[in-house]
Amino acid sequence: MVRFIGILVGLFFSGWLLVSFAMGAKEYISNPPAETAEHAFHQEPKDISFTSDGPLGKFDRQQLQRGFQVYKEVCAACHSLRLVAFRNLEEIGYNEDEVKAIAANWAIQTPDVDPDTGEMSSRPSLPADKFPKPFANNVAAAAANNNAIPPDLSLITKAREGGAPYVYSLLTGYQNPPANLPEANQPGPGLHYNPYFANLNLAMAPPLAAADMVSYSDGTNPSIEQMAEDVTAFLIWTAEPKLEERHQTGWAVIAFLLIATILAYLSYRTIWADVKAEKKKKV
Amino acid sequence: MSFPWAKEYTPTTDFGQWMDKQLPLPRFIYNSVGAGYPAPRNLNYMWNFGSLAGLFLVVQIVTGIILAMHYAANANIAFDSVEHIMRDVNSGWMIRYAHANGASFFFIAIYLHIGRGLFYGSYKAPREMLWLLGVVIYLLAMATAFMGYVLPWGQMSFWGAKVITGLFEAIPLVGKPIQELLLGGFAPDNAALNRFFSLHYLLPFVIAGVVIMHIWALHIPGSNNPTGVDVKGPQDTVPFHPYYTAKDGWTIGLALIFFTALMFFLPNALGHADNYIPANPLSTPAHIVPEWYFWPWYAILRAFTFDFLFIPAKLLGVLAMFSAILVWFFLPWLDKSPVRSGNFRPKFKIFFGILVIDVLILGYCGGAPAEEPFVMISQLAAAYYFAHFLIILPLLSRMEKPEPLPNSITESVTGKPLNTAS
Repeated sequence: MVRFIGILVGLFFSGWLLVSFAMGAKEYISNPPAETAEHAFHQEPKDISFTSDGPLGKFDRQQLQRGFQVYKEVCAACHSLRLVAFRNLEEIGYNEDEVKAIAANWAIQTPDVDPDTGEMSSRPSLPADKFPKPFANNVAAAAANNNAIPPDLSLITKAREGGAPYVYSLLTGYQNPPANLPEANQPGPGLHYNPYFANLNLAMAPPLAAADMVSYSDGTNPSIEQMAEDVTAFLIWTAEPKLEERHQTGWAVIAFLLIATILAYLSYRTIWADVKAEKKKKV
Repeated sequence: MSFPWAKEYTPTTDFGQWMDKQLPLPRFIYNSVGAGYPAPRNLNYMWNFGSLAGLFLVVQIVTGIILAMHYAANANIAFDSVEHIMRDVNSGWMIRYAHANGASFFFIAIYLHIGRGLFYGSYKAPREMLWLLGVVIYLLAMATAFMGYVLPWGQMSFWGAKVITGLFEAIPLVGKPIQELLLGGFAPDNAALNRFFSLHYLLPFVIAGVVIMHIWALHIPGSNNPTGVDVKGPQDTVPFHPYYTAKDGWTIGLALIFFTALMFFLPNALGHADNYIPANPLSTPAHIVPEWYFWPWYAILRAFTFDFLFIPAKLLGVLAMFSAILVWFFLPWLDKSPVRSGNFRPKFKIFFGILVIDVLILGYCGGAPAEEPFVMISQLAAAYYFAHFLIILPLLSRMEKPEPLPNSITESVTGKPLNTAS
């Protein structure tokens, strides 16, 4: 009885799936879906490597500091970094006094309550504060940015498909729309063509429009590519500040496990030796 | 319950004898995973995934309890509390990555364990109850994993919760009230997050309880084995300890190497980038996909694209998705072939191979966007899936001529007839 009902249920599901397949296939052949411009013109992220890549990856602190400088002088005008605190900058090589100074001199102050009047006010940041947001709220952010809210950058290299190479490609990928781009996909007013962005046009104007937008104190030439690479490296750190600790711990754990597993394997072989020997002898 | 030749526990110390009289816990351990439990001598490495699934259940419970000490189940701060764990809690990143990837390893172990059972006929008499309890564990694990994925309250958490609870909406009449009951509202929000957290904490202990029954049910007939032939005498078995404790022991080390390599070097490889964006009810992700271990079922859900008479396609998809797993409950009675092991069933072996590839294809399509040709491929693959369990297996058990079975486990191991081998 179970098998009889089972066969009926199976015939129904499988049969209807095959009918659906036939109808779908007919539709697919008679009316094949046209390739969308988003699909045709979209490009995969550029091939770029960072010192933090791979199981042995480490941060280049000099690069992170350069990247921080790019964030501070270019990105911070619109993009928040709400999960990172000034004190975290000590992890990329700034000392305590430098961090205090960076926090105190940050262009935007930290919102607070006036201790005397209880009114909303703001004060210079302290190392313990998170980076203050450039806009008071999302409405203000959208109003100032052609209705597109600049995303928070704390996790951006983990929050986008393609990760850090995608961020780098987006920063360096602005270009004039190709001549054969369909009318519907031409960048509208306030939009900018960038084939690394999923729907090809984004509201962010090219943030690194020209070389020398920042001047590096370590003498590195601030080309567009260099600035993009540095700020991307900095954003890898903001998204994954424990990366180095993770890699180091990983090697220690795996070394321990390898030794333990080899010992466990050898004791397994010893324990089974008599059973295996019996098998060999009899064959 | 065990074989008559199982070794008897004999406490040697005064304390051991005193303990044995008052609370025979050492005896219990001895008889369940010690020298007092004889297991077939020919178990291959496919028999190691039960203990590995147990290992990862423990990893999940331990890391989960620690995470719950720092996590805040409130829609306003859940996302940030996870980032607090990643950034400010000592070694919090390690605990969280272990928990996130531990779920994947739990499912890898459980899928290989299920596949082993399917190939070697471990669901057949006298182990039906063992198999049924296993399916219950799998269903509970799916519910637990789904609710756990909602807790970080990222974009995929939110939209995953919305899509999966939305499935219940397809049920006629009672669907909408069920969905609202599950969510505690009309859409996922604080009420849903809180109850998911509560249940996510509860269900692993329910799983642990069913696991105990699963192991209990295992110990009555004892393990199946690659020949599928019953244990006939002491020469067919070895004591669980030290033989299988040693064998399980070293593969636990091996599994932990793979696990730690993933969690320390590629911790986000199996996750979705969108879940690092805080949940936003106003912005739908381009592709809503569940975690990889749900992909085959998700492909079956989406394979139904046409209404059948008065049954809407969505309801058909939901029914098919649940049926795809519920069919396992009937498997012992669908496959009546008296031969357990696929090794001695020449045709079954081929169909089983097709099923494995079929489920992998379903998995690939389930993770792909809901576009052609993936929908058409999943329709064919889902059709085979149902045909395999509901049509092919019942008919095959009548039509197939199995190969001759070895007379005993020992004979199959040593290649000598039973009377000379012992």
